[in-house]
Amino acid sequence: MRIFLLAVLGAGLVFGGADDTFLIRNATVHPISGPSVENASVLVKDGKIAEVGVKIAAPKGVRVIEGKGLHVYPGMIDSATQVGLSEISSVRETNDTGEIGEFNPQLRAVTAINPASEFIPVTRANGTTTAIVMPGSAGGGGGGGGELQALLGGQSSYILGQASLVNLDGWTWEEMEVRRGAALQMRLPQMPQSLGRFAALLGVEGPGGNMAEARRRLEQQKRQVASFFEDARRYQKAKVAKDAGFKTDLRFEAMLPVLEGKLPVMITATRERQIREAVAWAEKEKVKLVLAGVREPGKMAEELAKKKIPVIVGPTLALPLDDDDPYDAAFSLPAELHSAGVPIAFGSFGNQFARNLPYQVANAVAFGLPRDVALKAVTVTPAEIWGVAGEMGSIEPGKLANLMVTDGDPLETRTQVKHVFIRGKAADLETKHTRLYQKYLARP
Amino acid sequence: MRGLLLALLALPLTAADVVIQNAKVLTVTKGEFTGSVVVRDGKITEMGPKVMAPSGAKVVDAGGMYLMPGIIDCHSHIAADAINEGSVSVSSMVAIEDVLNPEDIDIYRALAGGVTTANVLHGSANAIGGKCAVLKMRWGKGAREMIFQGSKPGIKFALGENPKRRGSPSASPIGGSPGNLRYPATRMGVEDVIREAFTEAKAYQAEWKAYQAKQILLPPRRDLKLEPLVEILEGKRLVHAHSYRADEILMLLRLADEYGFKIKTLQHVLEGYKVAKEIAAHGAGASTFSDWWNYKVEAADAIPYNAAIMVKKGVLVSLNSDSAELMRHLNQEAAKTMKYGGLTETEALSLITINPAKQLDIDSYVGSIEPGKQADLVLYDKHPLSNYARVQKVWIDGEMYFDREKDMSDRAAREGRKKTLLEKQRRAQQEQKKNVPFRRPQ
Repeated sequence: MRIFLLAVLGAGLVFGGADDTFLIRNATVHPISGPSVENASVLVKDGKIAEVGVKIAAPKGVRVIEGKGLHVYPGMIDSATQVGLSEISSVRETNDTGEIGEFNPQLRAVTAINPASEFIPVTRANGTTTAIVMPGSAGGGGGGGGELQALLGGQSSYILGQASLVNLDGWTWEEMEVRRGAALQMRLPQMPQSLGRFAALLGVEGPGGNMAEARRRLEQQKRQVASFFEDARRYQKAKVAKDAGFKTDLRFEAMLPVLEGKLPVMITATRERQIREAVAWAEKEKVKLVLAGVREPGKMAEELAKKKIPVIVGPTLALPLDDDDPYDAAFSLPAELHSAGVPIAFGSFGNQFARNLPYQVANAVAFGLPRDVALKAVTVTPAEIWGVAGEMGSIEPGKLANLMVTDGDPLETRTQVKHVFIRGKAADLETKHTRLYQKYLARP
Repeated sequence: MRGLLLALLALPLTAADVVIQNAKVLTVTKGEFTGSVVVRDGKITEMGPKVMAPSGAKVVDAGGMYLMPGIIDCHSHIAADAINEGSVSVSSMVAIEDVLNPEDIDIYRALAGGVTTANVLHGSANAIGGKCAVLKMRWGKGAREMIFQGSKPGIKFALGENPKRRGSPSASPIGGSPGNLRYPATRMGVEDVIREAFTEAKAYQAEWKAYQAKQILLPPRRDLKLEPLVEILEGKRLVHAHSYRADEILMLLRLADEYGFKIKTLQHVLEGYKVAKEIAAHGAGASTFSDWWNYKVEAADAIPYNAAIMVKKGVLVSLNSDSAELMRHLNQEAAKTMKYGGLTETEALSLITINPAKQLDIDSYVGSIEPGKQADLVLYDKHPLSNYARVQKVWIDGEMYFDREKDMSDRAAREGRKKTLLEKQRRAQQEQKKNVPFRRPQ
């Protein structure tokens, strides 16, 4: 008992001050925005980075974390997840990813994020401090079933809702929130590629079959999207002009930041033709574009570079699209995009393996992506893409203290993440998994 | 004559002797050293810092790179045209061997990920599934030549959500059409299906024994469903049982104890860590994922420490893929057991080499780098437990089946061939349009 008291007192002496004010010393600091510094310190005050350097004295009473042998990196940003929106993908009741309807710009992911999701601590424990949480496919709450329903119903979702940027710590979603609307999630109408056994149901039987019908349907869908944007613009004008009889419409209201170029549109486009169509569409509609799900950019890589259109890449550990593609097509795609000059950020595109984001990144490095670019693609580059570069993404004074402290290269599986700080607060690294591990390891 | 021709075809194309020198050799069972490995007639004959290279042997300078045994995946569904015979609860009469597809590109991709042997399993739609096939990834060879000679026959069992799915009116079925209910619908029913089948199999076995002992005159009518089950009872066929939850794992172990047979491996076995003691006591192996979790209810308690806990509690553990993609980086999956649970490098590498070899009863042939074993080898440019490591070369029986340099240098030619073929197809289609003015009725 006495020992326990002393320990508490001792801890009190060492860990004095507010819980979001501390100094990490004697560590190797990797600011990402600049060169790494050995034997350096990071001073965090009130949740923000106050000072970075080799000679920083701990202000009196400030908690000191010994960083000998450790590395300090900015916390990683995962640019594509559904963390908190979907818990067990095969159980419909736990999915809140996909809403019904073609145009849902008014939906915001953030308010449906379950802050008690097991995915949050598990993802955080491997060093991801911030994530894009995005709405997904149409209907049925999520999963493949809804998508099929949409196909069979002959309709699809084009505007899925707003993706949110959140920190992976907080008692409520409000405390997690960084940007309520980070991007408008969209899918453009597409020619059915391979519908397999569903083709007959749709009356689309592939080349030589009912192509004319498929084309007619596609044109109709494109007009539908175009007219939604036209309506949104009319609404914008009517609002500015304070037209008599103007009525608030939540869908068009949500479109205003998109039309003003403040909110980017994130579009999933896989192959060269889809990418070309997405770029042309975004230019025509004068919206800011971010691409996701790119797999075969082809000649469009140079175009994307020229137009500075960023691509969210991932998952890197994926099979090639076609049988005759090089076996390493997905591994080497990030390198291919980077060497063409395309700004890239990584996304895990899932929940189950969101914790493996750094390992996905490492595979891109193994297949040609420079390591420094790879690290930027989970820190400063996504911070720029999501408009939060002034707040996070690097270890610089004034930025939020979103940090991971590791015992080695964070992209290597064998490395352990020793501390994670979110807004300067030490995040709990215990998870359901560590609890079950301790419990059953101790089973007699 | 025909037999002779076939025999000739079956010979390796390049049976040349090989010396791989200047490699960091991770033998898995005999430690590590820097030096050479000598291969003659497809087998490892010698290894060490200094070896006598046989005259005429092909010399490969590994340039200080890492040589390890070929990876063995204890759970795969590649190279097969069909996976689930889901119309019945016991489908032991069917065999993956009959539906092999040696042209599945996933074979080549697996090779490019260092895999040399895979246990290709029937699916999990039924409590007792079909017979499996152990294959070597001999890309370019025929279906027969891919089969691992000397491997023991195996069979798939499945417990939990998948085999009971066809009993649920609402859920999407595996290998069946909706609305077509099939027993069982519960874990209780799954146990019953297995118990009924082995009760039948025992009676069938007894009939044959009576016939062989000349107690009855007429031979029993052959039953292709029960024969594999009798083989299980006689220890001639290995059981690989898909399982998730601790309760169903224990159920199967007790059922097997009762009927006097062994479960060779529990597959997936995501809650194996909860009953590791019981698994070890039965002598079953466990072949699990590194870190899959929460994709279905029975995976809610899956933890990435599963492999490490089971290893520490004395279970023979391997890591498998069950996925043509994951199959390509099982080395990185192995590294996860060092992060989650603190296994050593050798323990981690064992999970994808010697341990799955033991689980498939092929460890006398493969699974480690040792003289006398088949020369199934992988060369990585960095330590295979690093995420930066890339497979450079892969040998099976001393024959090179993957070479990254060659893959890269062949790409332009392959692309050219593809263009030519596409052009040919386009022309043929044009011709067809001209000649046959037929349009499918709408």
